[in-house]
Amino acid sequence: MKFGILVNEGPYTHQASDSAYKFAKAAIDKGHEVFRVFFYHDGVNNGTSLAVPPQDDRHIPNQWSELAKEHNVDLVLCVAAAQRRGMLDEDEAQRNGKSANNVAEGFRISGLGQLIEAGIQADRMMVFGD
Amino acid sequence: MEDGDQVIKKFMYMNRKAPYGTIYALESLEVVLIAAAFDQDVSLVFADDGVYQLMKGQNTDDIGMKNFSPTYSALGDYDIKKIYIEKESLEERGLTLEDLQELKYEDEDDDWAEKDSIHLVSRAELADVIDQQDVVFSF
Repeated sequence: MKFGILVNEGPYTHQASDSAYKFAKAAIDKGHEVFRVFFYHDGVNNGTSLAVPPQDDRHIPNQWSELAKEHNVDLVLCVAAAQRRGMLDEDEAQRNGKSANNVAEGFRISGLGQLIEAGIQADRMMVFGD
Repeated sequence: MEDGDQVIKKFMYMNRKAPYGTIYALESLEVVLIAAAFDQDVSLVFADDGVYQLMKGQNTDDIGMKNFSPTYSALGDYDIKKIYIEKESLEERGLTLEDLQELKYEDEDDDWAEKDSIHLVSRAELADVIDQQDVVFSF
């Protein structure tokens, strides 16, 4: 089955991102395809390159980056939600005159159209939120 | 269901949270408006505290936030004409349809006659509607 995933909450504060990640891994292990994970609302914060969580616990943004790399999963941060919350890649930072960018490896910023397209292309769309 | 080259799926957007206090209502509406460009078969659901999103007479002066409720009346222009309101959610909150905006659309197959987009459904009926969907988004 082809899965699309929507993550509506940020890392750590809610379990949504963990649940989505574990689901994605389990699905892939069973031979399914997770072709896109779309991050909306606070979910865009999962894409930060600046997180330094305690070393004895999971590193959520890194887990997503590794998943993207190993299994070719498209990780998309919604541009509108990202701008609101200060998640900017190099282009966005330059375009908006900001001094830094903070999008982690494996994530890209794009529009809500990517979410709708995922819904259209997937056999099943999964939503993880609060 | 296919229409020539384009796949058309049944997309449902569930709204269960109050309009202010969290951003879900506003950002969910943003998705719905952008999604309209994709010509899918769209339904909206307002249930639980989501029914408050459609209340008439919202005044946000004192919270310094934009009152975005007028946007709902444009849904008909975006070809969104299936809006389900859950009956029990209204009753549990002491509300009736009269407390909510009247949302309408113009039926192009009926000489652009103005019709109601809102369908009042019971929790049980809503379960059936949800069952018919291909994609269900909840924010």
